[in-house]
Amino acid sequence: MEDRFLELFRDTLELDGSQIDLNTKFRDLENWDSLSFLSILAMIDEEYDVIIEGNDFKNLITINDLINEIKKRQK
Amino acid sequence: MATLVFKNVGIHSMAAAVPRKIIDNYRYTDYFSEEEVKQVVDKTGVYQRRFAEPGTCSSDLCFAAANKLFEDQNVKKEEIDLLVFISQTPDYRMPATSVILQERLGLGNGTITLDLNLGCSGFIFGLSVVYSLMERKSLRKALLLDGETRSRVYSPKDRKTAFLFGDAGVAAVIERGSKYGSSFFSLNSDGSKEDLIKIKAGGYRYPSSADTMREKVIDEYGNIRSDEHGYMDGGDVFNFVIKEVPQDIKRVLELSGKSLTQIDYFIFHQANSFINNYLINKLKIDPDKTPSTVGRFGNTSSVSIPLTIVSELKGRLKSKNLLLSGFGVGMTWASCQIYSPECHLSDIVEY
Repeated sequence: MEDRFLELFRDTLELDGSQIDLNTKFRDLENWDSLSFLSILAMIDEEYDVIIEGNDFKNLITINDLINEIKKRQK
Repeated sequence: MATLVFKNVGIHSMAAAVPRKIIDNYRYTDYFSEEEVKQVVDKTGVYQRRFAEPGTCSSDLCFAAANKLFEDQNVKKEEIDLLVFISQTPDYRMPATSVILQERLGLGNGTITLDLNLGCSGFIFGLSVVYSLMERKSLRKALLLDGETRSRVYSPKDRKTAFLFGDAGVAAVIERGSKYGSSFFSLNSDGSKEDLIKIKAGGYRYPSSADTMREKVIDEYGNIRSDEHGYMDGGDVFNFVIKEVPQDIKRVLELSGKSLTQIDYFIFHQANSFINNYLINKLKIDPDKTPSTVGRFGNTSSVSIPLTIVSELKGRLKSKNLLLSGFGVGMTWASCQIYSPECHLSDIVEY
């Protein structure tokens, strides 16, 4: 799932050149903004059928945190 | 999940009015960098909006739309027994704007007047109220007015809302007739989400004061507004749409016994094109069946559904099955499946 998620994450935010990995703090990405947030929510719903509320999303820092949150909610 | 079915009531005709003043969203403000503006505008798909001049109210736009409708569509004012006005930008805190419009429009004193304080779901809630009363055979015709001046509500220094909203007013005449067949409604409310979209100050819970007027930085992005401005928690509004709207549309189709493919047009609330594209993908519907005005008029709250009908469907409403879906402030959300034997649409008036 990790590789696939990284690919989806990269496509969703159109991160052509930037290096990202599981430890990337996504809010530090140069073009991260409140609209990126919506795009990621939509992607996670479409691909994993999971909804992460804003209050919980606030506590997620790295891409790995996102993946773990999705796994937790899929159970 | 209240559902309602009505028989032999329908929309005879509709008209709309928009302010003359066009806002080019790329040039709306110097407050943000050109690049920031472009990013927001391209993503939300709101390129132009209409802003009412100072002194013009929602009711003025509805008044213009109603007059156009009386002129064009052979509707007699004397036959209007019910006037419902939907808005969250009324003329006064009291009296209700619908009463003032009764007099301005020259309707009789026997008219029932009602204001409905609802946002983006408002047109469908309003239709359900009008259809309910019209099913009682003592009323001849109803006038449903729906207007907003949302341009006044949001801070131009809060990029979450600065580029989205516009002004417009519509008028619709509702009558009885066997040609309209059955209409199906699903109406929903969730007050636990009252804080997702809100204007906090100016009512009686939190009266206006020097403090509510003060602008302040409200988030890590440096957005600025006061408590007199509207605000929106975009992320959780979007989560709410994902969770509730597709299943509400399915619920209303189940009620009407139609499949998605039997619907000729889906008219969604024009929140922004990001949300509408999401709904089109999620429901797997043909984008040609989802007329849109969000690029030209922006988000006009409750007005966006009827405005899109008047703007995009002229001459295209003979024997058509329509599905309308609106969602927003409250939170409230509503969908209806109605039949249009031939809804008469006037050209949009510029006011």
